[in-house]
Amino acid sequence: MTTTQTGSAAGFRDVGRLMALMTGDEKHGPAATSTLDALWVLYDRVLRVSPHTADSPGRDRFLLSKGHGPMAYYAVLAAKGFVPEGWLPGFGSYDSPLGHHPDRTLVPGVEIGSGSLGHGLPLAVGTALGLRAQGLTGPRVWVLIGDAELDEGSNHEALAYAGPEGLESLHTLVIDNSSATPGWPGGIASRFAAAGWSADTVDGRDHEALYRAFTAPHPGRPRAVVARVEPKNA
Amino acid sequence: MDTMRDRFISTTTRLLDEDPRLALVLAEISRDGFDQAARRHPDRVINVGIREQLLVGVGGGLALTGMRPLMHTFASFLVERPFEQVKLDLGHQGVGGVLVSAGGSYDWPAGGFTHMAPGDVALMDTLDGWTVHVPGHPDEAEALLRAAAAGEDRVYVRLSVQSNAAAMQVGGGFTPVRAGRGPVVVAVGPMLDGVLAATEGTDAAVLYAATVRPFDGAALRAATAGRRTADVVLVEPYLEGTSTAAANDALADVPHRVLGLGVPRRELRRYGTTAEHLAAHGLDPRGLRRRIEAFAGR
Repeated sequence: MTTTQTGSAAGFRDVGRLMALMTGDEKHGPAATSTLDALWVLYDRVLRVSPHTADSPGRDRFLLSKGHGPMAYYAVLAAKGFVPEGWLPGFGSYDSPLGHHPDRTLVPGVEIGSGSLGHGLPLAVGTALGLRAQGLTGPRVWVLIGDAELDEGSNHEALAYAGPEGLESLHTLVIDNSSATPGWPGGIASRFAAAGWSADTVDGRDHEALYRAFTAPHPGRPRAVVARVEPKNA
Repeated sequence: MDTMRDRFISTTTRLLDEDPRLALVLAEISRDGFDQAARRHPDRVINVGIREQLLVGVGGGLALTGMRPLMHTFASFLVERPFEQVKLDLGHQGVGGVLVSAGGSYDWPAGGFTHMAPGDVALMDTLDGWTVHVPGHPDEAEALLRAAAAGEDRVYVRLSVQSNAAAMQVGGGFTPVRAGRGPVVVAVGPMLDGVLAATEGTDAAVLYAATVRPFDGAALRAATAGRRTADVVLVEPYLEGTSTAAANDALADVPHRVLGLGVPRRELRRYGTTAEHLAAHGLDPRGLRRRIEAFAGR
Protein backbone atom coordinates (compact mmCIF):
# COMPACT_ATOMS: atom_id res chain seq x y z
CA MET A 1 0.00 0.00 0.00
CA THR A 2 1.31 3.47 -0.80
CA THR A 3 0.80 6.53 1.32
CA THR A 4 0.59 10.17 0.49
CA GLN A 5 2.31 12.86 2.50
CA THR A 6 -0.53 15.10 3.61
CA GLY A 7 1.34 17.78 5.45
CA SER A 8 3.90 16.72 8.04
CA ALA A 9 3.93 20.36 9.15
CA ALA A 10 0.39 20.08 10.45
CA GLY A 11 0.70 21.16 14.04
CA PHE A 12 -0.80 19.92 17.26
CA ARG A 13 -3.80 22.24 16.85
CA ASP A 14 -4.56 20.66 13.52
CA VAL A 15 -4.84 17.25 15.17
CA GLY A 16 -8.01 18.44 16.88
CA ARG A 17 -9.49 19.35 13.50
CA LEU A 18 -8.50 15.94 12.14
CA MET A 19 -10.10 14.15 15.09
CA ALA A 20 -13.35 16.00 14.48
CA LEU A 21 -13.51 14.44 11.02
CA MET A 22 -14.16 11.08 12.70
CA THR A 23 -17.57 10.36 14.14
CA GLY A 24 -19.37 7.29 15.37
CA ASP A 25 -17.21 6.24 18.32
CA GLU A 26 -18.29 8.84 20.88
CA LYS A 27 -18.50 6.10 23.54
CA HIS A 28 -14.74 5.93 23.43
CA GLY A 29 -14.26 9.70 23.13
CA PRO A 30 -12.61 10.14 26.55
CA ALA A 31 -10.32 7.20 25.81
CA ALA A 32 -9.26 8.89 22.58
CA THR A 33 -8.42 12.30 24.00
CA SER A 34 -6.57 10.81 26.97
CA THR A 35 -3.80 9.66 24.63
CA LEU A 36 -3.68 12.76 22.44
CA ASP A 37 -0.85 14.78 24.00
CA ALA A 38 1.43 11.82 24.62
CA LEU A 39 0.89 10.49 21.11
CA TRP A 40 1.65 13.87 19.60
CA VAL A 41 4.89 14.33 21.54
CA LEU A 42 5.99 10.82 20.59
CA TYR A 43 5.32 11.17 16.88
CA ASP A 44 6.42 14.80 16.69
CA ARG A 45 9.67 14.64 18.67
CA VAL A 46 10.66 11.15 19.78
CA LEU A 47 9.88 8.33 17.36
CA ARG A 48 12.29 7.91 14.47
CA VAL A 49 9.77 6.75 11.93
CA SER A 50 8.15 8.45 8.95
CA PRO A 51 5.86 7.39 6.13
CA HIS A 52 9.01 6.72 4.10
CA THR A 53 10.54 4.43 6.74
CA ALA A 54 7.30 2.75 7.87
CA ASP A 55 8.60 -0.61 6.60
CA SER A 56 12.29 -0.09 7.31
CA PRO A 57 13.92 -2.66 9.63
CA GLY A 58 15.70 0.16 11.47
CA ARG A 59 12.59 2.19 12.32
CA ASP A 60 11.34 2.81 15.82
CA ARG A 61 8.19 0.79 16.55
CA PHE A 62 5.11 2.21 18.20
CA LEU A 63 2.51 -0.39 19.23
CA LEU A 64 -0.90 0.93 20.23
CA SER A 65 -2.04 -1.78 22.62
CA LYS A 66 -5.04 0.11 23.99
CA GLY A 67 -6.76 -0.08 20.63
CA HIS A 68 -10.09 1.40 21.65
CA GLY A 69 -10.66 5.09 21.07
CA PRO A 70 -8.08 5.29 18.27
CA MET A 71 -9.21 8.68 16.91
CA ALA A 72 -6.23 10.55 18.35
CA TYR A 73 -3.92 7.88 16.92
CA TYR A 74 -5.43 8.09 13.44
CA ALA A 75 -5.39 11.89 13.59
CA VAL A 76 -1.70 11.92 14.49
CA LEU A 77 -0.96 9.38 11.75
CA ALA A 78 -2.80 11.63 9.29
CA ALA A 79 -1.02 14.75 10.53
CA LYS A 80 2.30 13.00 10.03
CA GLY A 81 1.39 11.74 6.57
CA PHE A 82 1.08 7.99 7.26
CA VAL A 83 -2.57 7.94 6.17
CA PRO A 84 -4.47 10.34 3.90
CA GLU A 85 -6.69 12.85 5.65
CA GLY A 86 -9.44 11.76 3.28
CA TRP A 87 -9.67 8.43 5.10
CA LEU A 88 -10.78 9.99 8.37
CA PRO A 89 -14.44 10.79 7.64
CA GLY A 90 -15.13 7.17 6.74
CA PHE A 91 -13.96 6.02 10.19
CA GLY A 92 -15.65 2.76 11.17
CA SER A 93 -17.54 2.28 7.92
CA TYR A 94 -17.52 -0.92 5.86
CA ASP A 95 -15.20 0.42 3.18
CA SER A 96 -12.84 2.23 5.55
CA PRO A 97 -9.46 0.80 6.61
CA LEU A 98 -9.88 2.74 9.86
CA GLY A 99 -11.89 0.76 12.40
CA HIS A 100 -12.81 1.46 16.00
CA HIS A 101 -9.87 -0.83 16.69
CA PRO A 102 -6.87 -0.60 14.32
CA ASP A 103 -5.81 -3.42 11.98
CA ARG A 104 -2.14 -3.43 11.05
CA THR A 105 -2.80 -5.11 7.73
CA LEU A 106 -5.09 -2.25 6.64
CA VAL A 107 -3.36 0.92 7.87
CA PRO A 108 0.14 2.11 6.90
CA GLY A 109 2.30 2.81 9.93
CA VAL A 110 0.16 0.73 12.30
CA GLU A 111 2.45 -1.89 13.85
CA ILE A 112 -0.17 -4.16 15.48
CA GLY A 113 -3.83 -4.92 15.26
CA SER A 114 -5.30 -4.34 18.71
CA GLY A 115 -8.58 -4.04 20.57
CA SER A 116 -8.48 -7.02 22.90
CA LEU A 117 -6.57 -5.68 25.90
CA GLY A 118 -3.26 -7.04 27.09
CA HIS A 119 -1.66 -8.07 23.81
CA GLY A 120 0.58 -5.12 23.00
CA LEU A 121 3.15 -5.38 25.78
CA PRO A 122 3.93 -9.09 25.15
CA LEU A 123 4.15 -8.36 21.42
CA ALA A 124 6.47 -5.44 22.19
CA VAL A 125 8.71 -7.70 24.29
CA GLY A 126 8.92 -10.11 21.34
CA THR A 127 9.63 -7.24 18.97
CA ALA A 128 12.47 -5.99 21.17
CA LEU A 129 13.90 -9.52 21.41
CA GLY A 130 13.61 -10.00 17.64
CA LEU A 131 15.44 -6.76 16.90
CA ARG A 132 18.16 -7.66 19.40
CA ALA A 133 18.59 -11.14 17.91
CA GLN A 134 19.14 -9.57 14.49
CA GLY A 135 21.73 -7.13 15.81
CA LEU A 136 19.42 -4.15 15.26
CA THR A 137 20.42 -2.14 18.32
CA GLY A 138 19.19 1.22 17.01
CA PRO A 139 15.42 0.91 16.90
CA ARG A 140 13.43 1.58 20.04
CA VAL A 141 10.14 -0.13 20.78
CA TRP A 142 7.23 1.77 22.33
CA VAL A 143 3.93 0.37 23.49
CA LEU A 144 0.96 2.37 24.77
CA ILE A 145 -1.34 0.76 27.34
CA GLY A 146 -4.08 2.09 29.61
CA ASP A 147 -4.23 1.98 33.40
CA ALA A 148 -7.29 -0.31 33.22
CA GLU A 149 -5.66 -2.43 30.53
CA LEU A 150 -2.94 -3.12 33.08
CA ASP A 151 -5.52 -5.30 34.86
CA GLU A 152 -4.93 -7.99 32.22
CA GLY A 153 -2.53 -10.63 33.54
CA SER A 154 -0.64 -10.91 30.28
CA ASN A 155 0.89 -7.47 30.99
CA HIS A 156 2.28 -8.75 34.24
CA GLU A 157 3.84 -11.75 32.54
CA ALA A 158 5.55 -9.32 30.16
CA LEU A 159 6.70 -6.67 32.61
CA ALA A 160 8.01 -9.26 35.06
CA TYR A 161 10.09 -10.80 32.26
CA ALA A 162 11.33 -7.62 30.55
CA GLY A 163 12.79 -6.02 33.69
CA PRO A 164 15.21 -8.76 34.74
CA GLU A 165 15.98 -9.37 31.05
CA GLY A 166 17.20 -5.75 30.82
CA LEU A 167 15.38 -4.96 27.58
CA GLU A 168 16.67 -1.41 27.27
CA SER A 169 15.06 -0.77 23.88
CA LEU A 170 11.58 -1.39 25.34
CA HIS A 171 9.39 1.53 26.45
CA THR A 172 5.90 1.32 27.95
CA LEU A 173 3.70 4.39 28.02
CA VAL A 174 0.81 4.00 30.46
CA ILE A 175 -2.01 6.48 29.98
CA ASP A 176 -3.54 6.74 33.44
CA ASN A 177 -7.03 8.23 33.49
CA SER A 178 -7.95 6.43 36.72
CA SER A 179 -10.26 4.03 34.96
CA ALA A 180 -8.97 0.80 36.55
CA THR A 181 -11.06 -1.15 39.05
CA PRO A 182 -10.18 -1.31 41.89
CA GLY A 183 -7.17 0.79 40.89
CA TRP A 184 -3.45 0.60 41.66
CA PRO A 185 -2.71 1.46 45.31
CA GLY A 186 0.89 2.60 45.56
CA GLY A 187 0.90 3.76 41.96
CA ILE A 188 1.39 2.15 38.59
CA ALA A 189 5.05 3.13 38.29
CA SER A 190 5.87 1.11 41.40
CA ARG A 191 4.77 -2.10 39.63
CA PHE A 192 7.30 -1.50 36.90
CA ALA A 193 10.02 -0.29 39.26
CA ALA A 194 9.66 -3.42 41.40
CA ALA A 195 10.27 -5.52 38.28
CA GLY A 196 13.50 -3.66 37.52
CA TRP A 197 12.24 -1.03 35.08
CA SER A 198 13.20 2.60 35.05
CA ALA A 199 9.86 4.25 35.78
CA ASP A 200 8.52 7.78 36.06
CA THR A 201 5.12 9.46 36.40
CA VAL A 202 4.35 12.74 34.66
CA ASP A 203 1.52 15.10 33.75
CA GLY A 204 0.07 13.60 30.58
CA ARG A 205 -0.96 17.03 29.27
CA ASP A 206 2.45 18.71 29.73
CA HIS A 207 4.36 18.29 26.48
CA GLU A 208 7.74 19.30 27.91
CA ALA A 209 7.36 16.95 30.88
CA LEU A 210 6.35 14.13 28.55
CA TYR A 211 9.31 14.80 26.27
CA ARG A 212 11.75 14.79 29.16
CA ALA A 213 10.30 11.54 30.51
CA PHE A 214 10.34 9.92 27.07
CA THR A 215 13.98 10.79 26.44
CA ALA A 216 15.50 10.23 29.88
CA PRO A 217 18.39 7.73 29.77
CA HIS A 218 17.75 4.28 31.29
CA PRO A 219 20.87 2.21 30.67
CA GLY A 220 20.37 -1.54 30.92
CA ARG A 221 16.70 -1.31 31.83
CA PRO A 222 13.37 -0.97 30.06
CA ARG A 223 11.53 2.29 30.63
CA ALA A 224 7.97 2.95 31.81
CA VAL A 225 6.36 6.39 31.66
CA VAL A 226 3.02 6.81 33.41
CA ALA A 227 1.18 9.78 31.92
CA ARG A 228 -1.58 10.96 34.27
CA VAL A 229 -4.57 12.69 32.74
CA GLU A 230 -7.92 13.81 34.13
CA PRO A 231 -10.01 10.88 35.47
CA LYS A 232 -12.27 9.27 32.88
CA ASN A 233 -15.41 9.72 34.97
CA ALA A 234 -14.62 13.11 36.48
CA MET B 1 14.51 -45.12 20.01
CA ASP B 2 14.19 -41.46 20.86
CA THR B 3 10.77 -39.86 21.38
CA MET B 4 9.31 -37.21 19.11
CA ARG B 5 10.11 -34.64 21.79
CA ASP B 6 13.74 -35.82 21.91
CA ARG B 7 13.85 -35.49 18.15
CA PHE B 8 12.34 -32.02 18.31
CA ILE B 9 15.14 -30.98 20.64
CA SER B 10 17.96 -32.46 18.53
CA THR B 11 16.51 -31.22 15.25
CA THR B 12 15.80 -27.70 16.50
CA THR B 13 19.26 -27.48 18.05
CA ARG B 14 20.74 -28.14 14.60
CA LEU B 15 18.31 -25.84 12.81
CA LEU B 16 19.23 -22.97 15.15
CA ASP B 17 22.85 -23.39 14.02
CA GLU B 18 21.86 -23.38 10.36
CA ASP B 19 19.18 -20.70 10.15
CA PRO B 20 19.77 -17.29 11.78
CA ARG B 21 16.13 -16.41 11.16
CA LEU B 22 14.94 -19.10 13.57
CA ALA B 23 14.13 -18.39 17.23
CA LEU B 24 12.87 -20.80 19.88
CA VAL B 25 10.51 -19.62 22.63
CA LEU B 26 10.09 -21.80 25.71
CA ALA B 27 8.09 -21.59 28.92
CA GLU B 28 10.38 -23.79 31.05
CA ILE B 29 9.16 -27.06 29.50
CA SER B 30 12.06 -28.86 27.72
CA ARG B 31 14.44 -26.16 28.96
CA ASP B 32 17.16 -28.60 29.99
CA GLY B 33 17.19 -30.23 26.57
CA PHE B 34 18.03 -26.89 25.00
CA ASP B 35 20.89 -25.99 27.37
CA GLN B 36 23.51 -26.35 24.66
CA ALA B 37 21.48 -24.41 22.09
CA ALA B 38 20.81 -21.63 24.62
CA ARG B 39 24.53 -21.27 25.29
CA ARG B 40 25.30 -21.06 21.57
CA HIS B 41 22.40 -18.75 20.68
CA PRO B 42 21.47 -16.78 23.80
CA ASP B 43 19.45 -14.25 21.79
CA ARG B 44 17.47 -16.88 19.88
CA VAL B 45 16.66 -19.40 22.60
CA ILE B 46 14.24 -17.48 24.79
CA ASN B 47 12.82 -18.98 27.97
CA VAL B 48 10.11 -16.65 29.31
CA GLY B 49 9.44 -18.66 32.46
CA ILE B 50 6.06 -20.14 33.29
CA ARG B 51 4.21 -17.49 31.24
CA GLU B 52 2.27 -18.98 28.37
CA GLN B 53 0.48 -15.81 27.24
CA LEU B 54 3.92 -14.22 26.95
CA LEU B 55 5.24 -17.34 25.20
CA VAL B 56 2.89 -16.79 22.27
CA GLY B 57 2.97 -12.98 22.43
CA VAL B 58 6.76 -13.01 22.21
CA GLY B 59 6.51 -15.39 19.25
CA GLY B 60 4.19 -12.93 17.52
CA GLY B 61 6.56 -10.04 18.25
CA LEU B 62 9.54 -11.98 16.90
CA ALA B 63 7.59 -12.71 13.72
CA LEU B 64 6.73 -9.01 13.35
CA THR B 65 10.48 -8.32 13.08
CA GLY B 66 10.89 -10.96 10.37
CA MET B 67 12.06 -13.89 12.45
CA ARG B 68 10.64 -17.41 12.38
CA PRO B 69 9.46 -18.33 15.89
CA LEU B 70 9.08 -21.87 17.21
CA MET B 71 6.96 -21.87 20.37
CA HIS B 72 6.90 -24.95 22.57
CA THR B 73 5.29 -26.35 25.68
CA PHE B 74 2.68 -28.98 26.57
CA ALA B 75 -0.38 -28.89 24.33
CA SER B 76 -2.69 -27.84 27.16
CA PHE B 77 -0.52 -24.78 27.88
CA LEU B 78 0.35 -23.99 24.25
CA VAL B 79 -3.08 -24.11 22.62
CA GLU B 80 -5.73 -24.10 25.33
CA ARG B 81 -4.42 -21.66 27.94
CA PRO B 82 -3.20 -18.88 25.56
CA PHE B 83 -5.70 -19.56 22.81
CA GLU B 84 -6.56 -15.90 22.28
CA GLN B 85 -2.87 -15.12 21.85
CA VAL B 86 -2.70 -17.82 19.17
CA LYS B 87 -5.72 -16.27 17.47
CA LEU B 88 -4.64 -12.61 17.72
CA ASP B 89 -0.86 -12.42 18.16
CA LEU B 90 -0.21 -14.68 15.17
CA GLY B 91 -3.31 -14.98 12.98
CA HIS B 92 -4.81 -11.50 13.35
CA GLN B 93 -1.38 -9.85 13.04
CA GLY B 94 -0.98 -11.69 9.75
CA VAL B 95 2.31 -13.30 10.74
CA GLY B 96 3.54 -16.89 10.76
CA GLY B 97 5.00 -19.16 13.39
CA VAL B 98 5.33 -22.76 14.47
CA LEU B 99 3.65 -24.15 17.57
CA VAL B 100 5.23 -27.42 18.72
CA SER B 101 3.39 -29.22 21.49
CA ALA B 102 4.20 -32.23 23.61
CA GLY B 103 1.96 -34.30 25.81
CA GLY B 104 -0.86 -34.94 23.36
CA SER B 105 -4.15 -36.30 24.65
CA TYR B 106 -2.74 -38.45 27.47
CA ASP B 107 0.99 -39.00 27.15
CA TRP B 108 1.22 -38.77 30.93
CA PRO B 109 -2.02 -40.23 32.28
CA ALA B 110 -0.64 -40.33 35.81
CA GLY B 111 -0.49 -36.54 35.58
CA GLY B 112 -4.25 -36.34 35.26
CA PHE B 113 -6.61 -34.20 33.20
CA THR B 114 -4.75 -30.90 33.70
CA HIS B 115 -2.01 -32.26 31.44
CA MET B 116 -4.31 -33.76 28.81
CA ALA B 117 -5.28 -31.81 25.69
CA PRO B 118 -7.56 -33.92 23.51
CA GLY B 119 -9.28 -30.73 22.30
CA ASP B 120 -6.22 -28.99 20.84
CA VAL B 121 -6.73 -29.85 17.17
CA ALA B 122 -10.44 -29.00 17.31
CA LEU B 123 -9.56 -25.61 18.78
CA MET B 124 -6.93 -24.92 16.11
CA ASP B 125 -9.56 -25.89 13.54
CA THR B 126 -11.57 -22.76 14.44
CA LEU B 127 -8.72 -20.60 13.09
CA ASP B 128 -7.84 -19.72 9.51
CA GLY B 129 -4.63 -20.63 7.76
CA TRP B 130 -3.14 -23.19 10.11
CA THR B 131 -1.45 -26.35 8.90
CA VAL B 132 -1.78 -29.10 11.51
CA HIS B 133 0.71 -31.96 11.61
CA VAL B 134 0.20 -35.07 13.76
CA PRO B 135 3.31 -37.17 13.12
CA GLY B 136 3.23 -40.87 13.97
CA HIS B 137 6.96 -41.42 14.34
CA PRO B 138 10.04 -39.39 15.37
CA ASP B 139 11.38 -39.51 11.78
CA GLU B 140 8.11 -38.03 10.55
CA ALA B 141 8.27 -35.39 13.27
CA GLU B 142 11.75 -34.39 12.14
CA ALA B 143 10.75 -34.08 8.48
CA LEU B 144 7.65 -32.06 9.31
CA LEU B 145 9.53 -29.81 11.75
CA ARG B 146 12.24 -29.07 9.18
CA ALA B 147 9.66 -28.12 6.58
CA ALA B 148 7.74 -26.00 9.08
CA ALA B 149 10.87 -24.16 10.22
CA ALA B 150 11.77 -23.31 6.63
CA GLY B 151 8.31 -21.92 5.81
CA GLU B 152 6.51 -18.64 6.36
CA ASP B 153 3.06 -19.86 7.35
CA ARG B 154 1.32 -20.88 10.57
CA VAL B 155 1.94 -24.49 11.58
CA TYR B 156 0.93 -26.59 14.56
CA VAL B 157 3.03 -29.71 15.16
CA ARG B 158 1.52 -32.11 17.69
CA LEU B 159 4.14 -34.41 19.18
CA SER B 160 3.33 -37.44 21.30
CA VAL B 161 5.05 -40.34 23.01
CA GLN B 162 2.57 -42.54 21.16
CA SER B 163 4.36 -43.75 18.07
CA ASN B 164 4.15 -46.29 15.27
CA ALA B 165 6.89 -48.93 14.79
CA ALA B 166 7.93 -47.59 11.38
CA ALA B 167 7.97 -44.15 9.80
CA MET B 168 5.91 -43.26 6.76
CA GLN B 169 6.71 -40.81 3.98
CA VAL B 170 5.17 -37.51 5.02
CA GLY B 171 4.82 -33.99 3.73
CA GLY B 172 1.92 -34.40 1.32
CA GLY B 173 -1.64 -35.52 1.75
CA PHE B 174 -3.14 -38.79 2.91
CA THR B 175 -1.21 -41.90 1.87
CA PRO B 176 -2.85 -45.22 0.88
CA VAL B 177 -1.47 -47.92 3.17
CA ARG B 178 -3.75 -50.85 2.49
CA ALA B 179 -6.23 -51.47 -0.35
CA GLY B 180 -9.66 -52.96 0.30
CA ARG B 181 -13.25 -52.85 -0.86
CA GLY B 182 -14.70 -52.30 2.62
CA PRO B 183 -14.80 -49.10 4.66
CA VAL B 184 -12.00 -46.58 4.21
CA VAL B 185 -10.27 -46.09 7.55
CA VAL B 186 -8.22 -42.90 7.92
CA ALA B 187 -5.56 -43.44 10.58
CA VAL B 188 -4.12 -40.22 11.97
CA GLY B 189 -0.50 -40.17 13.19
CA PRO B 190 0.22 -42.60 16.03
CA MET B 191 -3.10 -44.43 15.51
CA LEU B 192 -1.78 -46.21 12.40
CA ASP B 193 -0.34 -49.34 14.03
CA GLY B 194 -3.52 -49.85 16.05
CA VAL B 195 -5.67 -49.39 12.94
CA LEU B 196 -3.57 -51.85 10.92
CA ALA B 197 -3.85 -54.43 13.70
CA ALA B 198 -7.60 -53.81 14.04
CA THR B 199 -8.28 -54.22 10.32
CA GLU B 200 -5.94 -57.18 9.78
CA GLY B 201 -7.75 -59.84 7.75
CA THR B 202 -10.69 -57.55 6.92
CA ASP B 203 -11.44 -55.86 3.60
CA ALA B 204 -11.06 -52.35 5.03
CA ALA B 205 -8.89 -49.89 3.12
CA VAL B 206 -6.49 -47.77 5.18
CA LEU B 207 -5.28 -44.25 4.52
CA TYR B 208 -2.56 -42.63 6.61
CA ALA B 209 -2.65 -38.96 7.60
CA ALA B 210 0.25 -37.20 9.32
CA THR B 211 -1.14 -33.83 8.22
CA VAL B 212 -4.82 -33.28 9.04
CA ARG B 213 -5.15 -29.59 8.11
CA PRO B 214 -5.52 -28.94 5.33
CA PHE B 215 -7.73 -32.05 5.18
CA ASP B 216 -6.93 -34.11 2.08
CA GLY B 217 -10.47 -34.46 0.79
CA ALA B 218 -9.24 -35.39 -2.68
CA ALA B 219 -7.47 -38.47 -1.32
CA LEU B 220 -10.59 -39.46 0.58
CA ARG B 221 -12.70 -39.07 -2.57
CA ALA B 222 -10.22 -41.12 -4.57
CA ALA B 223 -10.16 -43.89 -1.96
CA THR B 224 -13.94 -44.12 -1.89
CA ALA B 225 -14.53 -43.64 -5.62
CA GLY B 226 -16.80 -46.13 -7.38
CA ARG B 227 -18.58 -47.36 -4.24
CA ARG B 228 -22.33 -47.24 -3.92
CA THR B 229 -21.92 -45.63 -0.49
CA ALA B 230 -18.66 -44.16 0.74
CA ASP B 231 -18.12 -45.57 4.25
CA VAL B 232 -15.42 -43.68 6.11
CA VAL B 233 -13.98 -44.25 9.57
CA LEU B 234 -11.74 -41.54 11.03
CA VAL B 235 -9.41 -42.67 13.80
CA GLU B 236 -7.90 -39.63 15.47
CA PRO B 237 -5.69 -39.56 18.59
CA TYR B 238 -7.50 -36.47 19.91
CA LEU B 239 -11.14 -35.41 20.36
CA GLU B 240 -13.55 -37.74 18.56
CA GLY B 241 -15.24 -36.16 15.58
CA THR B 242 -12.61 -33.44 15.09
CA SER B 243 -12.43 -34.17 11.34
CA THR B 244 -15.94 -35.55 10.80
CA ALA B 245 -17.19 -32.29 9.28
CA ALA B 246 -14.17 -32.10 6.96
CA ALA B 247 -14.83 -35.66 5.74
CA ASN B 248 -18.51 -34.89 5.20
CA ASP B 249 -17.61 -31.76 3.24
CA ALA B 250 -15.23 -33.75 1.03
CA LEU B 251 -17.99 -36.24 0.22
CA ALA B 252 -20.87 -33.76 0.06
CA ASP B 253 -22.01 -34.79 -3.42
CA VAL B 254 -21.87 -38.59 -2.97
CA PRO B 255 -23.80 -40.88 -0.63
CA HIS B 256 -21.60 -41.45 2.40
CA ARG B 257 -21.44 -42.37 6.05
CA VAL B 258 -18.76 -41.17 8.45
CA LEU B 259 -17.80 -42.62 11.85
CA GLY B 260 -15.50 -40.40 13.88
CA LEU B 261 -13.44 -42.24 16.49
CA GLY B 262 -11.18 -40.55 18.99
CA VAL B 263 -11.03 -39.38 22.57
CA PRO B 264 -14.49 -38.74 24.08
CA ARG B 265 -15.33 -35.47 25.85
CA ARG B 266 -16.20 -37.23 29.08
CA GLU B 267 -13.44 -37.00 31.67
CA LEU B 268 -12.22 -40.48 32.50
CA ARG B 269 -10.81 -39.39 35.90
CA ARG B 270 -8.29 -42.25 35.86
CA TYR B 271 -4.50 -42.22 36.05
CA GLY B 272 -2.48 -45.24 34.89
CA THR B 273 -0.87 -45.72 31.48
CA THR B 274 -1.44 -44.57 27.93
CA ALA B 275 -2.29 -48.15 26.93
CA GLU B 276 -4.99 -48.28 29.60
CA HIS B 277 -6.48 -45.00 28.36
CA LEU B 278 -6.46 -46.21 24.75
CA ALA B 279 -8.35 -49.33 25.84
CA ALA B 280 -10.79 -47.35 27.98
CA HIS B 281 -11.67 -45.15 25.00
CA GLY B 282 -12.00 -48.12 22.63
CA LEU B 283 -8.95 -46.96 20.69
CA ASP B 284 -6.87 -50.11 21.16
CA PRO B 285 -6.96 -52.67 18.30
CA ARG B 286 -9.76 -54.66 19.96
CA GLY B 287 -11.99 -51.67 20.53
CA LEU B 288 -11.31 -50.28 17.07
CA ARG B 289 -12.09 -53.60 15.39
CA ARG B 290 -15.35 -53.99 17.26
CA ARG B 291 -16.53 -50.50 16.35
CA ILE B 292 -15.35 -50.56 12.73
CA GLU B 293 -17.07 -53.93 12.15
CA ALA B 294 -20.29 -52.74 13.75
CA PHE B 295 -20.26 -49.67 11.51
CA ALA B 296 -19.42 -51.60 8.32
CA GLY B 297 -22.01 -54.30 8.99
CA ARG B 298 -24.88 -51.85 9.44
